[in-house]
Amino acid sequence: MKRLFVSSALAMLCLAMLPSASSAQEKYFATAGSQVANTDDEGFIRRWTVLEPISKPNRSNTVFTDTYLREVFAKEYFKGQMTMVPKDGQKVKAQFEKVEMPKDYRRFDPNAKLKVETGTETLKWHKLDSKTFNLKLLRFGEHHINRSYGVIYWTFTAIVCDEEMKDVRLSVGSNSASMWWINGEEVLLMSGDRRMVVDDCMSDRITLKKGENIIRGAIINGPGMSDFCVRFIDENGQPITKGITIK
Amino acid sequence: MKLKISNIKALKAISCLILGSSFLSASAQIGQPFIHDPSTLAECDGNYYTYGTGGGGLVSTDGGWTWSSIKAPEGVNVRPGGGAAPDALKIGDRYLIVYGATGGGLGGTHRGEILTMWNKTLDPNSPDFKYSEPNVVAWSEDGDDCDAIDPGLLLDPTTGRLWMSYGTYFGFIRLVELDPETGKRVEGNEAINIGIDCEASDLIYRDGWYYLLGTHGTCCDGVNSTYNIVVGRSRQVTGPYVDNTGRTMIQGGGKMVIAAHDKVVGPGHFGRTIVTEGIEKMSCHFEADYNQSGYSVLGIRPLLWKNGWPVAGKVFQEGTYEIESERHGYALELAVDFKRHDTGVPRRWFNSTENVEIKPVKTQTLQDVIAEWPTGEISVRNGDYMVRPHQQWTITAVEGKGGFLGQPYYKITIEGTNRALVATDKCEVSTVAEFTGADEQLWQIDQMIDGTYRIMPKAIPGTDKKLCLISIADSKPTLGNFDFNNDNCKWNLNK
Repeated sequence: MKRLFVSSALAMLCLAMLPSASSAQEKYFATAGSQVANTDDEGFIRRWTVLEPISKPNRSNTVFTDTYLREVFAKEYFKGQMTMVPKDGQKVKAQFEKVEMPKDYRRFDPNAKLKVETGTETLKWHKLDSKTFNLKLLRFGEHHINRSYGVIYWTFTAIVCDEEMKDVRLSVGSNSASMWWINGEEVLLMSGDRRMVVDDCMSDRITLKKGENIIRGAIINGPGMSDFCVRFIDENGQPITKGITIK
Repeated sequence: MKLKISNIKALKAISCLILGSSFLSASAQIGQPFIHDPSTLAECDGNYYTYGTGGGGLVSTDGGWTWSSIKAPEGVNVRPGGGAAPDALKIGDRYLIVYGATGGGLGGTHRGEILTMWNKTLDPNSPDFKYSEPNVVAWSEDGDDCDAIDPGLLLDPTTGRLWMSYGTYFGFIRLVELDPETGKRVEGNEAINIGIDCEASDLIYRDGWYYLLGTHGTCCDGVNSTYNIVVGRSRQVTGPYVDNTGRTMIQGGGKMVIAAHDKVVGPGHFGRTIVTEGIEKMSCHFEADYNQSGYSVLGIRPLLWKNGWPVAGKVFQEGTYEIESERHGYALELAVDFKRHDTGVPRRWFNSTENVEIKPVKTQTLQDVIAEWPTGEISVRNGDYMVRPHQQWTITAVEGKGGFLGQPYYKITIEGTNRALVATDKCEVSTVAEFTGADEQLWQIDQMIDGTYRIMPKAIPGTDKKLCLISIADSKPTLGNFDFNNDNCKWNLNK
C-alpha cells in the first residue's frame, strides 16, 4: 500500500513537472520577425514555416520503408504542397486519415485491421524561430491543435546564399522518417524509425544557387517524440555558418 | 642470418628453378615472390623493390601484389656485392643499400664486413642507375662475439641521425651510427651491444619509442624452420631494449610480432613500410610456404599497434561480412525497404513462469526479400545492423587486376548475388546489378594500425582523386579524403 502511494505521488509529481502545451510553446518557439535570420553558430537553420500536423496514424515507426515514404509523401494533402510559399497564418484545406489508436502501442496487434476515416480539415501555417537547434515538432503540434502522434508535418524555409555554393550537403536529423527537397528536387529520404541525431544523414553533393533556395521537408511520425534539425555542410565536412541568411 | 655461402648458391638455384610459376595464394604475394632475407620494401617511381640474400631482388609494378625478379639490362648488376641480407632506405632523393658481404659464421669463419652504397634509382633500366663505391661500415673477426651481417637501417625522424643494427645469434646484435650524407660510419663511433640470441635485426621509431626487432628461431630449414620475429623497445636508440615482461634483449627478451600461421612458417627479417599515417605494412620472408612448394617467399602483412607494441595483422580473408562504420556503428547496407521478418513464433513478453519451448528460429534469407529489390542501380546507406540480407557483403579477391601492398583488389558484392559496390562519377557510392570488373568496382582493403579498415576504390570515374569510403554522416556513406584521425574513414569488417 505504501509502495503504491509513493508510486502515485511520484507519478503526480512527474505530471506536474511536464510543460503545458502553451509553456512549451514559449520555451521552444518565438514568432519569426520580419528581419532576415542567420544560421546559429553551428550552422543550424532555426527559422521555419510549419504546417499544423496532418493526421496520418501509424502504430509503429518501423513501417517507414522507402517505398512507404515515397507513396505517402507523393500524395497531395493540400493544394500547392510542393509549390506554395506559405505565409504565417495562411490556411490550407488538408486531407487527413484517422483511426482509433490503442492506448498502449506496445501491446497493439500489428495485424489488426483498422477502420480508416478520411476527410479534410483546415490547418494553419506558422512561421517561427526555434529557440533550440532542433525544432520540437511534437510540442508545436500539441500547442496548436492538440495533436501529437500519428502525424505528418510539412515544413518550409527559404534561404538566401550570397554566392553559389558547390559540393555542399544538406544534413538532417529527424524524428521520425522524413523527406527533403531543395528547389523542388528531392535530395534526401530518411527511412526507418529515426531518432533526431545531428548529422544523421546527408544528401549527395549539391549546388546551392546564388540567391534564394527553397527547402521543403516532410516529417512523418507514429508514436513518440518528433523533431528535426537541418544545416548545410561544406565540401570539407564543416557546418556552413556564413554566406547564408534565412528569409 | 646463419647461412653458408653454399646455401646462398642453393637459394639462387631454387629461385631459378621456380621462376615462371604464378598462382594465387591466400597468404603470399603472387608472381614469383621467392626471396630470402628481404630488405625493407623501397618505393621508387611507383614500383616497389626488395633485395635478398645472394644478389638480385624482387620488384612489383602493380602496387605490391605481384612480384617478379628484377630484370636488368645485360651487364648491369641489380645489387652487386652478393652476400647476405641487405637493407634499403631512401634518404633524400637517393637510396642507401647496405649488405653483408659474407654469409655468417656457419661458413666456417666469423670474419665479415658490412658495406653501404648509394644509387639514385632502384630501376636498373634507368640511365640514372649506378651504384657508388661501397663503404665498409662494420666488420667482425673470428674472435669477436659478433657476425657482421644482417644490417638494418633507421633514419631517426627526431634527430636525422642514421643508425644501423647488425649481427646474428653468434654473439651480440650491435648498433653503430652512420653518416646520412655519406653512408659511411661516423668517425670514432663505437659499436654498442643491444641484443643477443637473435638475428636479422631492424630498428624503427614510433611515438617516443625506439623498437628493436629481431628474428628468433631456426633459419634455412624449409618447413622445419622455427624463425619468428620479436621486439623490444627503448626510449633511447642505444637501448636498453626491453620486452613486455621487463626482460632486456641483451637478456634474450623479445615480444612476439609474428610467427607461423595459415600455411606459412618461419617469418624473419622484419621491415616496416609506412604507407600513410595509420596504414603500415611489415615485410618479411617466410622460410616456407606450403602452398608454394615449401619455398621461401616474400611476406607482407598489415602492421598493427596494440598498446604501444607492433603486431602483425592477417592477410585479409575473403568471406561475408558486416561492414560496420566506426563513426557510429551503423552497417553499410543497400537502400532497400526494411522487410519485417516473421519468425513464426508469436510475440510475447517474457515471463519465466511460462512453460514454452525455446528453439532456434530462422533468419531472413535473400530469397525472402530479393524479389522486392529494384533490379538496376541501388544506392547504399548506413543503418542499424539487423543481420539482414541487404547488409551481408561478400568480399572476394579479383585475379588479374593487380593489387596493393600484400593484397589483391577485391570485389564487394551482396551475398548470393553479383550486385557490386561501385564508386560513381559523382564521388559517391552505389551498387550495380552485375560486377563487371571495372576499376571503380575494385576495392583496396587495408587494415589500419588500430585494426580497423580503410576501404578505397581502385579508381573513380572522371577523376584522379584518391578517395576512400567514408561516413560523412551516420547514415551516409560517400567517398572522401582519408584521415586516419577521423573515425568517418574507418570500417570494421565483422564476420
